[in-house]
Amino acid sequence: MSQSVETLFRRLQPAVDFCSLRVLESQGEKLEMRQGVLQPVGRVDDRGAMLTIHHKGGTGYAATADLSETGLLEAIARARAWAERSAGRAVTDFSAVPMSSPEGHYSSDVRRRWADVPLSERIDLLRLVSESLKISDKIVDWSASLWNTEDRSLYLTSGGGRVEQALTFLVPHIEVVANDGADTQIRTLAGRGFCRQSGWELLAGVGFDAIGPQLAEEALQLLDAPDCPSGVMDLVLDPDQMLLQIHESIGHPLELDRILGDERNYAGTSFVTMDMFGEYQYGSELLNVTYDPSHREQFASYAFDDEGLAASKEYIIRDGLLERPLGAAVSQARAGSVGVANSRANGWNRPPIDRMANLNVEPGDSSAEDIISSVERGILMRANRSWSIDDSRNKFQFGCEFGQLIEDGELTTVVKNPNYRGISATFWRSLAAVGDRSTFEVLGTPHCGKGEPNQVIRVGHASPLCMFRGVDVFGGEG
Amino acid sequence: MQQSYFRAISDRLLGALQGAEVLTLFLEAEQSDFVRFNQAKVRQAGSVTQGMLSLDLIDSGKHAPARYTLTGDLEDDVARGRALLSDLRATLSFLPEDPHLLFATEVQSTERIDSNLLPDSATMVDAILEAGADLDMVGILAAGPVMRGFANSLGQFNWFESSSFNFDWSLYHRADKAVKCGYADTRWDDAELLRKMQEGARQLDVMKLDARTIDPGRYRVYLSPSALGEIVSLLSWGGFGLKEQKTKRSPLLRAAEGRAQLDARVSMRENVAGGIAPGFSCSGFLRPDSVSLFDGGQLTGSLVSPRSAKEFGVATNGASPHESPDSIELDAGDTARDSLLAELDTGLWINNLWYLNYSDRSSARMTGMTRFATFWVENGEIVAPLDVMRFDDTIYRMMGEGLVGLTAERELIMDPGTYGGRSTSSARLPGALVDDFVLTL
Repeated sequence: MSQSVETLFRRLQPAVDFCSLRVLESQGEKLEMRQGVLQPVGRVDDRGAMLTIHHKGGTGYAATADLSETGLLEAIARARAWAERSAGRAVTDFSAVPMSSPEGHYSSDVRRRWADVPLSERIDLLRLVSESLKISDKIVDWSASLWNTEDRSLYLTSGGGRVEQALTFLVPHIEVVANDGADTQIRTLAGRGFCRQSGWELLAGVGFDAIGPQLAEEALQLLDAPDCPSGVMDLVLDPDQMLLQIHESIGHPLELDRILGDERNYAGTSFVTMDMFGEYQYGSELLNVTYDPSHREQFASYAFDDEGLAASKEYIIRDGLLERPLGAAVSQARAGSVGVANSRANGWNRPPIDRMANLNVEPGDSSAEDIISSVERGILMRANRSWSIDDSRNKFQFGCEFGQLIEDGELTTVVKNPNYRGISATFWRSLAAVGDRSTFEVLGTPHCGKGEPNQVIRVGHASPLCMFRGVDVFGGEG
Repeated sequence: MQQSYFRAISDRLLGALQGAEVLTLFLEAEQSDFVRFNQAKVRQAGSVTQGMLSLDLIDSGKHAPARYTLTGDLEDDVARGRALLSDLRATLSFLPEDPHLLFATEVQSTERIDSNLLPDSATMVDAILEAGADLDMVGILAAGPVMRGFANSLGQFNWFESSSFNFDWSLYHRADKAVKCGYADTRWDDAELLRKMQEGARQLDVMKLDARTIDPGRYRVYLSPSALGEIVSLLSWGGFGLKEQKTKRSPLLRAAEGRAQLDARVSMRENVAGGIAPGFSCSGFLRPDSVSLFDGGQLTGSLVSPRSAKEFGVATNGASPHESPDSIELDAGDTARDSLLAELDTGLWINNLWYLNYSDRSSARMTGMTRFATFWVENGEIVAPLDVMRFDDTIYRMMGEGLVGLTAERELIMDPGTYGGRSTSSARLPGALVDDFVLTL
């Protein structure tokens, strides 16, 4: 990270109540092999900075890629002008919000850097995986991809704060499409769920080079499978669907900015209100949910959020009881609440807002065998393929790539187009079994959309296998 | 980012080519003010200056693309661009030939510059705060110029520049009871803002009535242009692209293969001439004024990117790599807006849908939620706001046997989306009366 930007900021920082500069350099490369053809390489070199000012109770920001003295002076002038214009007309007295001025640094654990893997080796691996997917004439499309991003950020505050963080992300993906007449079935590598902070070593850990044929076989199996039956039954969710269930019906409704109403015009509000914290039984006593930046390999781990708040593991839901919201410094001050370090922006050109970062369900004490054997009539679902939930994050409907019936304690018939629906406020109370650490997987998604202006951000969700009683399950058109 | 700047950096980078190399350049830039409101107060306010330059270095059937952020300092930007070109040149030797590479070779330069008629954003913010002062108003104002540029070493140069604003907001009564409003244009008018704010406030009065909860079942509904826009938007996610159709992933696969059709009154097209998006693509192909997608209920065409054109042996129509429409249009019908309540008789008046996705993609069966102002109508009269409901139905039924009629009036809906940058997409749509609309939760 350039020393000159820091020197410039220290010299130019204006006489205001609070000022910060968040500089981000992001370099990425995406390689995809589709049907044996290397797709156009997606290489990006993005860099810029956001200057934020709180002054006289107002707030303003300016984002620029011009990090020269002229560029920073212009950004300071723009941010200051917005702060002055919003003073007395803002949702809170921003000058009264305690903003951190921390010192620290953090970096992802990386054993083999992307840059140290020859391009030919990257391409050869993708070709190998891609070729392993074409096992039948009914496989009509197939691809494998790797997406590496390396972010280096520098956060400086007028109070002398200085945080430097270097995060390395890798997103492996496989997709195989099977078709027979009017029916198409798709299997993926957990829908990009194995995205993590890691170097090349991640790929061995998830079996990237060998899992292709299994996914292709399952896609073909789904073509011949009956449609998922309709009815109320027990539902067992693999971690690669739990990640979506956690994300949509725990993560978003507990984001403090939604509870405060900021998102009501776009991402929506929440059925959760401030008076429910400490009082509301969100789920069964088996439900323990944490905001956890301590899994260093998880996708949204960091030491400080984008407004300098130090990150630490916190229980959000303990033994089913709702404890604290997902809100950072500004939201905590507005709500008079505790929270977590989750003020995050998806780039230098977007202001930080409350995001869920790593939000995990803690492991329980049931083995996978115990869970399956405890189900008389039910279904196991894997890998999300469809998600929809109301603007209060209550009525949801989710669909998965792969379903398998459970009859008298045993996994039996594979079924296609499995869907289920429920209501967040009551769904988690039907949680009847939580898998032990042997069923626990660290997953996430690169694509969580929220905010005005819009932002797509990385989040992490780790979870064990979980079982819910009496869920409304149904299939497709057949 | 000015046109002259793009021309200058283009000239310098194109001058750095060697041998038979071809280079394409595509600029996406904007100078945007974003002011976010909650409870008729400012939540966040700021300005974003950004410019991203995409390069694609082509040589002997191989190509290497990359993108980098422009700083606005010409010498710095040229130096980084040249360094990147050198990297790409070195990378080419490791890459195989791309059998699906297709780039524009016919030089077709264009220029469209809409004069900036906007007032200072602070002036708009003052008017918004004044108009919404007594209301629980939440939303965002996005304003300023958006620029797109294309240049290549064959001599083509395209420039698009348009200054606009999009104020997208909601007025809340309590909890999730709200109405959605929008005001987007290239000229700002305080009186028009006030009119729209007051119209929203009048609709909000209905939301103050006791809400009604209905049981799941089949209902007659009116889908406003905005609500229908959400359905069309979901279909646009892979529905109209040639690649998705050829690889059997399109939700409109059954229509593409002649196994299903929509009502004969459904005709849709990508109408670039009637939209607000640039007339050229990121790869330099010009877009035809119109591409027919459905005609008389039959799927008639698709959006074809240059890669798909090469892969599937057809002509490109300048579609983006994602092959999704930017300016979709659905023909009007003959149901007069004034008669809608009477035609609906008893059922749901749905102003907005939300968070749509597929229940069964192959069958174009989709689910989603009602949101904002959705009303229960009895005997042609609005009697109560409705609590949110989930629908789950196929496009072939909703826009097939279930379609009662399309409105004679259409609305131009300017996309307020700002993912990565401000959207230049729009849709021109009628409303639709639909029978037996399936509500499930």
